[in-house]
Amino acid sequence: MSHDHDHDNELDPFAARVRALETILTRKGLIDPAAIDVIVDTYETKIGPRNGARVVAKAWSDPAFAAWLKRDATAAIESLSYTGRQGEHMQAVFNTGDTHNLVVCTLCSCHPWSVLGLPPVWYKAPPYRSRAVIDPRGVLEEFGLVLPAGTKIRVWDSTAELRYLVVPMRPEGTEGWSEERLSELVSRDAMIGTALASHPA
Amino acid sequence: MNGPQDLGGQMGFGPVAPERDEPYFHAEWERRALGVTLCAGGMGAWNIDESRHARESLHPADYYGSSYYQIWIKALEILLKRHGFVSERDLGAGEAIDPAAKPKRVLKAENVPAVLAKGGPCDRPVETAPRFKAGDSVRTKNFNPTGHTRLPRYARDKQGTIEAVRDGFVFPDSNAHGQGENPQWVYTVVFDGTEIWGEGADPTLVVSIDAWESYLESA
Repeated sequence: MSHDHDHDNELDPFAARVRALETILTRKGLIDPAAIDVIVDTYETKIGPRNGARVVAKAWSDPAFAAWLKRDATAAIESLSYTGRQGEHMQAVFNTGDTHNLVVCTLCSCHPWSVLGLPPVWYKAPPYRSRAVIDPRGVLEEFGLVLPAGTKIRVWDSTAELRYLVVPMRPEGTEGWSEERLSELVSRDAMIGTALASHPA
Repeated sequence: MNGPQDLGGQMGFGPVAPERDEPYFHAEWERRALGVTLCAGGMGAWNIDESRHARESLHPADYYGSSYYQIWIKALEILLKRHGFVSERDLGAGEAIDPAAKPKRVLKAENVPAVLAKGGPCDRPVETAPRFKAGDSVRTKNFNPTGHTRLPRYARDKQGTIEAVRDGFVFPDSNAHGQGENPQWVYTVVFDGTEIWGEGADPTLVVSIDAWESYLESA
């Protein structure tokens, strides 16, 4: 798949096409270019996987919160103020010793923006979207994750407006850790299901 | 529609290539593409289902040959033309030449935080009681609609089990085509990997989809 590493360049035809479109819409008074700046700043600096990591760390630390997250993820996550676009209808799914959860959107790129931020390129690209549902073990191995042969894999295809957050298992050796410290063990990939939580160094 | 977007189970795309410490954007124009798309959507002329359908309606060769934000922009141009905001002449010249339809609203910078925080919930009340309950055995329909649908091909005509009754949600198959929200109950339906993929399937695999009620029949 094309994986665009071009840098901003007047000669790049697609960059020129987007710039022209922005100019046309701005001249017609249909968009506010300053609004674009705010949107980009929001998703580049404010909303990202640290939100989700704090949700997971709280679920690890607080059984009542974990139960709430399991029952009504939208409300539980809203209590931490992580709300909004592409997080309107949340569902948390918990890894166990028996079952590993993996999230995909085979039809487009549905992703819980409010807790994980914008999705990475691989999540939106055909190799992952095509194979996560038929060969999840092979996909996980490409992320360096080899699950025991007996571990069941549950793949959640986000075909409707529910957005899934994987709650990985809490690593051993983290007893007594603060939520802040625990959250550093939780990567975006662990909350999609293509990784586990990190072990304490 | 059986379009290029319906990727589950397709083969030949090669390995997943995760990028270490991937940035959110790989070029400045991708930032603008995200922002322009969200701002244009903010005019309120189309809904998310129509916009998804515009993307999947790109020719397969174009869809597979385009990066993610390229797909967004190509579909956005189609939506803007369809709704009278830009013309072929505007796009050809790269300038605002023809008059535009009047938008319902324009998203201003000061309103962006509130609009993003609110999002676009699409749960809706449904008058009837849910037809299925958790534990029910169901079969997905076998259909091949030419319009938008959210039932992937790999999950058609398959036997599964209702795991959870969710909320009533806007029905994308009609909403994408200006035919109303027609909310229906949505269910999480689980399938054994062997039911979906048959011979050679991973015996430890379970796949679920979220399915609108009209996609399902009792089994």
